[in-house]
Amino acid sequence: MTMNPDLVAPSREPRQGDVSALDTDRNPGHAEAPVPTVVHPGLTGPIKIKAEDVSVFYGQKQALFDVSLDIADKAVTAFIGPSGCGKSTFLRCINRMNDTIPSARVVGKITIDGQDITDRSIDPVLLRARVGMVFQKPNPFPKSIFENVAYGPKIHGLTANKTELADRVEHSLKRAGLWKEVADRLESPGTGLSGGQQQRLVIARAIAVEPEVILMDEPCSALDPIATARIEELIDELREEYCIVIVTHSMAQAARVSQRTAFFHLGQLIEVGPTEDIFQNPRERRTLDYITGRFG
Amino acid sequence: MTDAALPPAVAPARPATAAIQKRLKARYAREKRFRAYGLIAIGIAVLFLAVLLGSIVKQGYSAFYTHAVTAEVYLDPAVIDASNPGGANYDQLIASQQLAELGVADDERGTRSTAMRALFSPDAGFGLRERVIEDPSLIGQTIEFTAPIGDDADLYFKDDISRDTPQAQRRLSDEQLAWLDRMEQSGAVTSGFNSDFFTRGDSTQPELAGVLGAVIGSALMLLVTGLLAIPIGVGAAVYLEEFARKNRITAFIEVNINNLAAVPSIVYGLLGLAVFINWMHLPRASPLVGGLVLALMSLPTIIIATRSALKAVPPSIREAALAMGASRTQSVFHHVLPLAMPGVMTGAILAMAHALGETAPLLLIGMVSFTPGIPEGLTSPSGALPVLVYIWENASERAFHERTAAAILVLLAFMIVMNLVAIVLRRRFERRW
Amino acid sequence: MILLVLILLIGFSAAAYWAGRRLARRRAAGTRAHSSLGYHGAYVLLWAAIPALVVLILMAVFSTGIQYQLLLADAPEAIRALDPMRQGAFWYDVLTVADGGTPQQIWAGPQAELLQSEAQRAARIGGLMTLGGAVAAVLAGLIGLGLALRRVAPQFRARNRVEGWIAAFLFVCSAIAILTTLGIIASLLFESLRFFQSVSPLEFLFGTQWSPQIAIRADQVGQTGGFGAAPLFVGTFLIMMIAMLVAGPIGLFSAIYLSEYAGPRQRAIIKPVLEILAGVPTVVYGFFAALTVGPALRGFFNGVGAQLAGGPLDSLGQYLMLVQNQMALVAGGVMGIMLIPFVSSLSDDIINAVPQSLRDGSYAMGATKSETVKRVLLPAALPGIAGAFLLAVSRAIGETMIVTMAAGLAARMTLNPLDTVTTVTVQIVTLLTGDQEFNSPKTLAAFGLGLTLFIVTLGLNIIAQQIVQRYREQYD
Repeated sequence: MTMNPDLVAPSREPRQGDVSALDTDRNPGHAEAPVPTVVHPGLTGPIKIKAEDVSVFYGQKQALFDVSLDIADKAVTAFIGPSGCGKSTFLRCINRMNDTIPSARVVGKITIDGQDITDRSIDPVLLRARVGMVFQKPNPFPKSIFENVAYGPKIHGLTANKTELADRVEHSLKRAGLWKEVADRLESPGTGLSGGQQQRLVIARAIAVEPEVILMDEPCSALDPIATARIEELIDELREEYCIVIVTHSMAQAARVSQRTAFFHLGQLIEVGPTEDIFQNPRERRTLDYITGRFG
Repeated sequence: MTDAALPPAVAPARPATAAIQKRLKARYAREKRFRAYGLIAIGIAVLFLAVLLGSIVKQGYSAFYTHAVTAEVYLDPAVIDASNPGGANYDQLIASQQLAELGVADDERGTRSTAMRALFSPDAGFGLRERVIEDPSLIGQTIEFTAPIGDDADLYFKDDISRDTPQAQRRLSDEQLAWLDRMEQSGAVTSGFNSDFFTRGDSTQPELAGVLGAVIGSALMLLVTGLLAIPIGVGAAVYLEEFARKNRITAFIEVNINNLAAVPSIVYGLLGLAVFINWMHLPRASPLVGGLVLALMSLPTIIIATRSALKAVPPSIREAALAMGASRTQSVFHHVLPLAMPGVMTGAILAMAHALGETAPLLLIGMVSFTPGIPEGLTSPSGALPVLVYIWENASERAFHERTAAAILVLLAFMIVMNLVAIVLRRRFERRW
Repeated sequence: MILLVLILLIGFSAAAYWAGRRLARRRAAGTRAHSSLGYHGAYVLLWAAIPALVVLILMAVFSTGIQYQLLLADAPEAIRALDPMRQGAFWYDVLTVADGGTPQQIWAGPQAELLQSEAQRAARIGGLMTLGGAVAAVLAGLIGLGLALRRVAPQFRARNRVEGWIAAFLFVCSAIAILTTLGIIASLLFESLRFFQSVSPLEFLFGTQWSPQIAIRADQVGQTGGFGAAPLFVGTFLIMMIAMLVAGPIGLFSAIYLSEYAGPRQRAIIKPVLEILAGVPTVVYGFFAALTVGPALRGFFNGVGAQLAGGPLDSLGQYLMLVQNQMALVAGGVMGIMLIPFVSSLSDDIINAVPQSLRDGSYAMGATKSETVKRVLLPAALPGIAGAFLLAVSRAIGETMIVTMAAGLAARMTLNPLDTVTTVTVQIVTLLTGDQEFNSPKTLAAFGLGLTLFIVTLGLNIIAQQIVQRYREQYD
């Protein structure tokens, strides 16, 4: 897991302007947000996800310590921190992917729209249909491009007939900005696409079930700078409709795409706030050390 | 949390969520069914194993005990010619005296004494004859003898022959059964551990047939197999893993070995028949030929196991040895191979265990023929444990049935011991690393 | 005899080692030798033992052949007059008698007398060759010893030479694998070619009459038409299909359960059970099939038949009442049980090789486990599983003991699982376990069957291994 310094160079200048512009736009929203007792500054919209004292254990080992965090809707929240700091572990709590690891145990409470999703009665299937996820390595299924996108609607029975399904696939691919590139070869295997295309296909696959939240676990770490830039653009577009949480070890990327940033270290949430503040004016010494490259 | 099925009251119900929820029950039902299929499949496999082992134990355990009869016999000088004690019919002597004791008269054609003879093993008369030849002064005396009971009589005492079966369909008549009952009441019949089964070779008489000959034959064969296949297999693996450059020849050898491992065992039998017996004229049915064939058969398995054991040795060990100025050969034989040895031995023992159970190639090199007694050496005709199972399974006598299952139990016992040794080695292997 | 030779050889080698060591020490007195004394000893040992060993091995392998050729060169007229098959049988018996055995055949008149005299001649030739071989071995050993001792010197790189020998030995070890393959191909081809001289390959492969027992005399071959192996192929195929129908689903579902559902504790119990099932010798499965499953299924079908007889399905009932122990279903079913662990462990490996990221991707979409298995894992693993199944098919075709003990001998072209069929391997065993001379068409037919079996299984294995390998590379 090495950082790709190239990621920083090409699109930095215009983007940073973007972010600050957005931030000023949202400043009034900040004041209106239903801020909970634990004040987490930088909220840019209504709270979508609310975590309270979440801890995760893998067997005997504790990987995450009492994390409390609010995540806003219709915004991008970035988790940063050195490898093994618990940011991915926390991300996997939000769609309960930790359930698939037999030794993992999660305590604490996470609510989405006020509904406790860590409760046993909550169906992980239903939850994961609401919370999509994109992984570090593009993982299209060994099926055709069409079947990859149709996978979710098919298993969940979201479409009544073939035309509806085709429409939904087309819409999702368009939404993910892949339609133009693959419209004429929907039947060719998804694994035949380039890395960046594969990652956008996976995003289209996630969008096809109309989720509310999209989790992204270092979605660009396996991609080249150009593909990365495309994904980042896409994330920025998707922000208008979804609550997006992205884990990244590229601080530049966090700065470019997110409105809020949370810094994790050794399984603890150190600091959370507006992205700008975190990078320019962190409150915690450890955050400063990390973003200035003193460790990580 | 009590609000278990918390309705999406807080969150506005989205059309997708509702659609998904509607199908959820059916999807979970399918999930349960699918999981059940998996469990059923495993259940069937376990059930088969249980039925297989259970049926063999059930059929075979009775062969481990047997019945013997102890009786007195008057060595009548009128029947036994002192100048030729071997010429008398001792079986008839025993039978007629037993009839007399039970107060039954023989008829003119000797039907009854023949029926009585059938209740004794031919070993009874044979043993008596030996004793008299050794000590002719016994003639005229009454002596006590103990001999195995006949195979059918043994089955009767094991409740394997029932009076309820119509007389015509069973091997013993009502009259014979009545005699057996009376003999049992008089205390002449004793049951005990069937030591003959473990101390004798094969025989046409079930009550005299044992597994020792086959066990020794199998042991000799495994000796040949082990002495050939293990050094050659390890040598080949060491060459391929440590010495060979990756070129077309070694690639060809590799493909070759993988394919040899999957060649049906019977083809090795054909090879043995054509090369070792018909071309090299090695003795048929001998442990030598059997061992050679099994060695060729186990070679690929041992090579593959050894190679993976060698692969598991970290390269740092090789580099350390080479850095100390050791030659490549020294590095391999002094450092790498000793570290891989437990893994190598585990693979070798498992290959030997598999060779022990192999039958088909041995049939083709002549082991299917009847070989009584204990094999004398590597080149004398011999049986083998799995082949004995095959031969006995084909025998018509009912009493061989239980002995076949018992021979299987002996075979399985040997295989279990070998596998346990392999497991113990594997454990030690893990401790070393 | 073998033991004596071995002891002599070991003694000789030990003496050579000792001599080499001693000489090296004497010649190195005062100077520092390149290699340690032990390597000098080992070098001399190798040069003394290997030439002798090579001579002995060559003798063991070729002496019979040479002896045979010498016998044939001076063969009496009366024997030359016999037809080739009969001649072969005669010489086989001559060699048997010369070795102190009893002839396999009954020879009458002049042939009986010739048998004795020729056997004496054979024994004489054999004795001479043994003597000659022994002398040659001793000479080879001594010459090697002398040459090696001359080279012993402090500067001599004994270690490198010895290591060269070791590397050569290791290479020979791995070459034995190739020799085995060559041996298999040569022996099968050679005997099959002789068989195909009397029976045309086309008739063998496509003929539908299999009755080798009729063709007792050599001149009947071809006229009886008894060597059409098609029914054997059909029977083999039928039993293989039944076995795969049992082993395929059960093995695959066990593998799916083991790799996707079972926790570590369940795996710790289930895996050994499957390993035991895999370790049971096939002869035990044969016993189980012949004496437990066969009678049980027969009883079941006969019972069903008795129920149906007289009713609307009378003819079916009548048929079922006549079903035998040795139906294809019994052998195939039990073979299927035998193959369960084979299919399951191969499929388990294959499914485990599917990257975790695909599972994660599917679960993250909200798929259940079974949906993930059915829609993602199995399609992804399909080529690998196909390869595993092909390997199992090859196993089923080559399996011998179960069918020998539980399938019948009736060569019938049928796909009815309740009928008695016979297979290629059963016929090989049957043809070769009777007491007949080696050169009869009957025994040669077994080699023709063996060749067919070898080619088919080899082809299946090569294809399957390539599929599996390509599959693995895809996810590496």
